Amino acid sequence: MQEGRVLSTREINRDLLRSILDTPRWFWPVVTVLGLILLVAAIAIGIMVNRGLGVTGLNRPVAWGFFITNFVFWIGISHAGVMLSAILRLAKAEWRRPATRAAEVLTLFSLMTAMIMPIVHTGRPWRILYWVFPYDFARGIWPNIRTPLVWDPSAILTYLTSSTLFVIIALVPDFAVLRDHTTGIAHRVYSVLAMGWEGNARQWKLQIVAGVLLSALILPVFVSVHSIVSWDFGMAAAVKSWHSTVFAPYFVVGAVHSGVSAVAFALILLRWCYGWQDYIRHEHIDALGRLLIVVATGWFYFLVMEILFGMYGREADELMVRQTQFTYWPYNFWFILFVITTYFIPVALWLSRAWRRNLWIMSIACISVNVGMWLERFLIIVPGLINKQLFTFVWADYRPSIFEYIIIGSTFALVTLLMLLFSRVFPLVPLYDVKEGDVLRTQVQIGRRTVPATFRED
Amino acid sequence: MVVDLDRCNGCQACVIACQVENNLPINDKNAFLQNRAYEWIRIERYWEGDYPNIKARFIPVMCQHCENAPCEPVCPVFATYHNDEGLNVQIYNRCVGTRYCINNCPYQVRFFNYWHPNWPERLQNQLNPDVTVRTRGITEKCTFCIQRLRRGQIQVERRAGGELNDGTLKSGNHMPACVQACPTNALTFGDQNDVHSPVKPYFEDVNRYNIHHEKERKTRGYRVLEEMNTKPNVIYLKKVDPNLGGGHHG
Repeated sequence: MQEGRVLSTREINRDLLRSILDTPRWFWPVVTVLGLILLVAAIAIGIMVNRGLGVTGLNRPVAWGFFITNFVFWIGISHAGVMLSAILRLAKAEWRRPATRAAEVLTLFSLMTAMIMPIVHTGRPWRILYWVFPYDFARGIWPNIRTPLVWDPSAILTYLTSSTLFVIIALVPDFAVLRDHTTGIAHRVYSVLAMGWEGNARQWKLQIVAGVLLSALILPVFVSVHSIVSWDFGMAAAVKSWHSTVFAPYFVVGAVHSGVSAVAFALILLRWCYGWQDYIRHEHIDALGRLLIVVATGWFYFLVMEILFGMYGREADELMVRQTQFTYWPYNFWFILFVITTYFIPVALWLSRAWRRNLWIMSIACISVNVGMWLERFLIIVPGLINKQLFTFVWADYRPSIFEYIIIGSTFALVTLLMLLFSRVFPLVPLYDVKEGDVLRTQVQIGRRTVPATFRED
Repeated sequence: MVVDLDRCNGCQACVIACQVENNLPINDKNAFLQNRAYEWIRIERYWEGDYPNIKARFIPVMCQHCENAPCEPVCPVFATYHNDEGLNVQIYNRCVGTRYCINNCPYQVRFFNYWHPNWPERLQNQLNPDVTVRTRGITEKCTFCIQRLRRGQIQVERRAGGELNDGTLKSGNHMPACVQACPTNALTFGDQNDVHSPVKPYFEDVNRYNIHHEKERKTRGYRVLEEMNTKPNVIYLKKVDPNLGGGHHG
């Protein structure tokens, strides 16, 4: 299923390096706007650290709110990178090629953004080092390894390290191309980054072996990261509806769902921004849409199971939380919106081949998934805390404050900005991968039709 | 600690005593509007029945100092842990404010300082010098007035002129502020291991017959949310209800 025309190496280099070698006209205005949003958020965080978490809408039963919701959301987005590049690489799905780099880089940046959230969320962020890094040897106190809050940073930092390695290994051949296309300081920087890449057989072999090895090694990390994030909730014995064993697979599948949708949307944006119509083709978006139907349906199964398991026990306090989710304003509205936007709207759109190839409809479907997945995390975290336990005396509602909205909004600006800046320095579509795909592709005669095909000997 | 619900009349003297003893910030109107008002011991009031046969039920809830405390394993920095006296203690200096313990407390007795506590100028001097004034951004909770316990221990050591042991430290030597303030003696504090302690029979009884053998208990004792197996060190004594007591009208 390889469509589009065959491109020469020269053309590929010219087109894909366009984002780096020329500055598009929209670039600086967009960066300025995003920077301003981040500045506002930085001021908001400053005020929050200075005056205390009282400026948020968190209150007595609802100790976790928007920040943790957003943390889980960005961790979820980060699952796209491994899904697209490692799993599809091991599965030898040819159509992954142009999507891999964008997915991996999105992984990196969403992980970094996610890590900001729990730090902002704590009461005394300046002491957080104490928690993540066991530097306080003098008093003989190490972090408490029984808590998911220590498993979290370990899992996330492992994931961040391995994803960074993954990106760098894939970038080395492209650094060499960039080294040959630049002059001056840029040339020298790229020379260092290319680490003496000449493109000889041994180097290629090492690069491929490293890529395949990392793909295989990263898979357990991929599964464990979001499982561990889900255990933040699963381990909370006292919060009904959090305390569920189905959470780990439910969260992982949900993460792939939102992550791959986000990558599909990012690819459509890149195609539009840099005019990469010949590289990010309809067939790629189409393939992502088909993958997403499967993922979304798997996710929907877990959603139904989670609710079913919760109701099955018929515990009064668990049922109370469900009642909040399903019937209390505004949570009933958010719940209906969440189920529709996460499953029914996008899957209905993805089922049609023509619509999968329509970039506007694809964008709407992918954004809809991410709106829904954000709501999913919110609906897991907040109703469980609002009507926590049988002590009805302390029930209270949660209304996020303007500070929380600003900081949440700015994380989207941060990821976009980082992606944009990255795209100006490194190619967001892997040059060598596209070239490799072009070399491998050919056409076969089946009956009277000539169809595109890919042959591999490995 | 043993709480006799039959004696509690919901007067809130314990709440005020605790507030004063432990340097808790004053719960003003804003604190209530923000749902952030807190008391280390609170009187929960539940209405029962319909008018005119309406009854108010009161239950004082403070930190239950669970043996299997769900708040302890989730703290990443060991800010909360069990000490060898069986108390669940909170180290304010270690706390970074993840609020995981608050979520994980089924009794809702852990509180987060959303704002820096403020007292009016004229009340600055009434702060208890034995108790830390907590800063914003940390979690705090009932300590069973550990400062009074320590003071009692010091006094006993001075008086007895020797080592502190179970023989010298009698249950009556110290009591938390709420226990001292309770006009109806609904609250009793003591050492479970002390044979002379008034709380001992209740703990023995409740420990002997667990939740599955609740009917066999000789006393009115029970633990709150006993099915969670948190093993609280606070025992509640059921209200003696004349209407439920098989025709005995008081």
